[in-house]
Amino acid sequence: MYDINHIYEAKSVEDAVRLRMEQPQATIIAGGSDLLISIRAGDLAGCDLISIYMIDELRGVSLDDDGTIRIGSLTSFAALTKDDIIQKHVPVLGEAADKVGGPQIRNIGTIGGNTCNGVTSADTASTLMAYDAIIELTGSEGKRLVPIEEFYLGAKRVDLRPDEIQSAILIRPESYQGYEGYYYKYAMRGAMDIATSGCSVNVKLSEDKKTIVDARICYGVAGPIPMRTRSAEQAVKGLPVSKETVEAFAAGALQDVNPRTSWRATKEFRLHIQGELARRCLTESINRAGGVWS
Amino acid sequence: MEVGKCLKRVDAFDKVTGRAKYTDDMCPKHAYVTRILHSTIAHGRVLSIDTSEAEKIEGVVKVLTCFDVPDIPFPTAGHPWTTVPAHQDVADRKLLNEHVRHYGDEVAAVVAEDYVAADRAIRALKVEYEEYPFVIDPIEAAKEGAPVIHPERQDNNILAHSDIRIGNYQEAIKEPGLIKVEGWYYTPTVQHAHIENHICYAYQEQGGRMTVVTSTQIPHIVRRVVAQALGWSWGKVRIIKPYVGGGFGNKQDALYEPLCAWLSLQVGGHPVKLDVSREETFVNNRVRHAMPCHIISWVRPDGTFAARKFELWSDQGAYASHGHSVAGKALGSYPQIYPCDNIEADAWTVYTNKPTAGAMRAYGMPQATFHNECHVEEIVTKLNLDPVEFRRKNSMPVGYYDDFSKNELYHDSFNDCLDKAIELIDYDRKFELYKNQTGPVRRGIGTSLFWYNTAVWPISIETSSCRMIMNQDGSIQLMTGETEIGQGCDTVFAQMAADTVGLKVEDVHVVTNQDTDVTPYGAGAYASRQTYVGGFAIKQTGELLKEKILGHAHTLTRMPVDILDIVEGNIVRKTDNRVLMSLGELATKILYDFELSEHMAAESTYSVKSNAYSFGVSIAEVEVDIPLCKVELLNIVNVHDCGILINPPLAEAQVHGGMSMGIGFGLYEELLVDKKTGRVLNDNLLDYKLCTTMDHPDLMVDFAENPEPTSPFGTKALGEPPACSPAPAIRNAILHATGVAINSLPINPHKLFAAFTEAGLFETL
Repeated sequence: MYDINHIYEAKSVEDAVRLRMEQPQATIIAGGSDLLISIRAGDLAGCDLISIYMIDELRGVSLDDDGTIRIGSLTSFAALTKDDIIQKHVPVLGEAADKVGGPQIRNIGTIGGNTCNGVTSADTASTLMAYDAIIELTGSEGKRLVPIEEFYLGAKRVDLRPDEIQSAILIRPESYQGYEGYYYKYAMRGAMDIATSGCSVNVKLSEDKKTIVDARICYGVAGPIPMRTRSAEQAVKGLPVSKETVEAFAAGALQDVNPRTSWRATKEFRLHIQGELARRCLTESINRAGGVWS
Repeated sequence: MEVGKCLKRVDAFDKVTGRAKYTDDMCPKHAYVTRILHSTIAHGRVLSIDTSEAEKIEGVVKVLTCFDVPDIPFPTAGHPWTTVPAHQDVADRKLLNEHVRHYGDEVAAVVAEDYVAADRAIRALKVEYEEYPFVIDPIEAAKEGAPVIHPERQDNNILAHSDIRIGNYQEAIKEPGLIKVEGWYYTPTVQHAHIENHICYAYQEQGGRMTVVTSTQIPHIVRRVVAQALGWSWGKVRIIKPYVGGGFGNKQDALYEPLCAWLSLQVGGHPVKLDVSREETFVNNRVRHAMPCHIISWVRPDGTFAARKFELWSDQGAYASHGHSVAGKALGSYPQIYPCDNIEADAWTVYTNKPTAGAMRAYGMPQATFHNECHVEEIVTKLNLDPVEFRRKNSMPVGYYDDFSKNELYHDSFNDCLDKAIELIDYDRKFELYKNQTGPVRRGIGTSLFWYNTAVWPISIETSSCRMIMNQDGSIQLMTGETEIGQGCDTVFAQMAADTVGLKVEDVHVVTNQDTDVTPYGAGAYASRQTYVGGFAIKQTGELLKEKILGHAHTLTRMPVDILDIVEGNIVRKTDNRVLMSLGELATKILYDFELSEHMAAESTYSVKSNAYSFGVSIAEVEVDIPLCKVELLNIVNVHDCGILINPPLAEAQVHGGMSMGIGFGLYEELLVDKKTGRVLNDNLLDYKLCTTMDHPDLMVDFAENPEPTSPFGTKALGEPPACSPAPAIRNAILHATGVAINSLPINPHKLFAAFTEAGLFETL
């Protein structure tokens, strides 16, 4: 039995925006896989909720005319993994979504919730950031687009204004066309876990597959929010596909990450793993892109 | 014959269709609910609790605190009672405790109409504490000057100490040419994590008697503890045990039944439900004793033992519960598996300001097996011996006899199990193949033996009772005091009863629920005892019933009893195998006959005066990804000699469950306590890393079915044994793969990172 004072059920995006303005004290609930835990723990006891879960227009993945991939914010992890557009254009995002929790959580949990929650360990967030995704927010004055790196303000804080809900996540064609990626979730067990650290890498290779044209890397749990390590990215642009390049990539990543010691893992351990993840994720991304090693 | 057949569980359909009733399914809807207030300090005293705000909350029925409970310390351990005061369990806690002894100790309770009201009331309680220093390490807690956790006891935190002295250790180590092998081995605090959290509800009826319906392994024992805690006479308490969603020893303790009964009394006997959360299961139920152990072995160059020394500390936590029984069992195991003429062994069970340790599957033996099997592997490595040959040569020999338990190794069980396991996992080839590997990813294969007792005689009584009631259709109702908690005992009991009386198994109706008002006495599910001990009572009672039936058959058929038998529910004349009448015809005639009318039933008690050695082996194959600090368990095999299998698929399932627990113990699980506050850090199934199906390979199982001569069905312990040996086998496989010996469980990536760093392994890649 949950201590919830009132639930307002939004029927449409407009309805949700109206409820946001009328009930500023209320918290948005989508799948509830994080929020209900807080309510059960008493942190949000007696809360008011605005449920957006019934707004079907926010579900599903589509391709805009310009090639932009549009992911409705209520798309579940399971739906994302199975989606044809995702599988064709950014399979790594579907793979990352498939690492979340277990089957039940992947059916109820949404990609919008995964990003609005503002946590560094979110399995889809690092891949979205590694693809320069754009967050679409809908409020009383219409739509607002924010690059995902700017959307994250700090631990558990995102740029969501009091009249807004997140309506979609966009990936531009220039961000994904010609790129192949790989996500590694480093956790203490094979399922039902939260990442000790996660790493998502994608690369674009030269036509002869011998040179790295572009590489992007984003970590989960390397800092308070998902973190791009640009020293790594810059270190390998234009370099040949080789073991030395992979080492340079890992070295660059370790310049930027800043994990902390907690009872869950020490800083030294996380740093060690993060270096190794950079190596493995770049190597696998290159292999997926058909790279020719020198 | 039904024994030995692969029969479906008698409860299979009810469980998969959801018809099986568990405690919460039976609780009346109008029952009040409860929440408990837990201390936010690890050690100290409650000075006051302000309940005024909580009492004003709508829906709150009653708020009760540690200042309201009866001043009656009581024991909680699920042992049979003993009339010898020195052997009685330690009574060191009250229903709610003013003296707080661990972070999360229970100091107040709210009875309310629903959980929203109860939770609000808990948050509204204001507690004032006086804080004391606390201690969470058992070796520290045993030292002079440590904070005293039970000042009423004159023991400076040492709940008990016991020792074993064989030969003369000090003289024996003077033998020239001995090699000294010494090590420290550590097993952590882990929790049972059964699916159904502990739950009970209590109400008064029948002129003030108290009934508690509860998810317990031990209804008859719980009845006694509830009565003791309330200061009542025992007959006024009635315990009902429905289906149980797992216990693994945690429910071999009176966890909340006494408190729930008392809370019901405070609200006029109205039904009160106490449904424990997962967080409370981790902090306020029972855990496995963490055990550091120091071992020194003096070995001859030929790999035989000259002398051995063991020092074992058992982390009891805040309250005595099963206490020193667990460390005592662990201690007793060391000299038996690898006998040695000169042994000096000591065990101390020490109170700490931590969650209370109690019974958990295999009761000290997974700890002791880890200590000893790691140490044996050190010896093997140091002397460059073959790990399997060393074990074949030094383990308990055929004919070994233990004077205390009167147990004997009747068969060549260790070699039988080793031979099968080695073949199943292709050990010899892999052992050679994995020698001297280089590179970042390496494989290894490791072995561990174990032995286990069956039941607890001669430490405790081993008494079990059985009642069989004949129906008019020739079927029987079977009742025992032994409890089905998921392991399948109802099914094997039905098989045993069918064979003893001469029935088809479908004509044995097992009364699964125990109700202490009507169920004959049995101690319950623990110590891997029920199939062994229950078998004696079923056999004896079945024979009594059969004798009665054949007596009536003689009257009705005029044939002498000694040429009659009961076969598949028919009275058969043995001389020509003719069916003379069905049991249904006989039972109907006998019940309704004007002259002979009798309600046919048999009941008897058997008190077992024997024990039985159970044996086995695990071999594990791992792949270690050194840079990622990860172990993948590729293959694992358990082979057991638990005597004759009563129901092979159920036996195999039992082994699967135990192996899984052993894998968790080896690689994943540890309940962490914050050194600064004493608070449990990971009291939930996210942070407590129970392993998932994704972390298991296919579990290979086989049996060496050597009949146990003391058992009427040739059977012995299997419930707990499978959990003993997987962890050391995995540890030894990691050693084989990497050359790095890790002596502390669980061997998770944190431990591997530290160990590989210390060994300089990363630099060599």
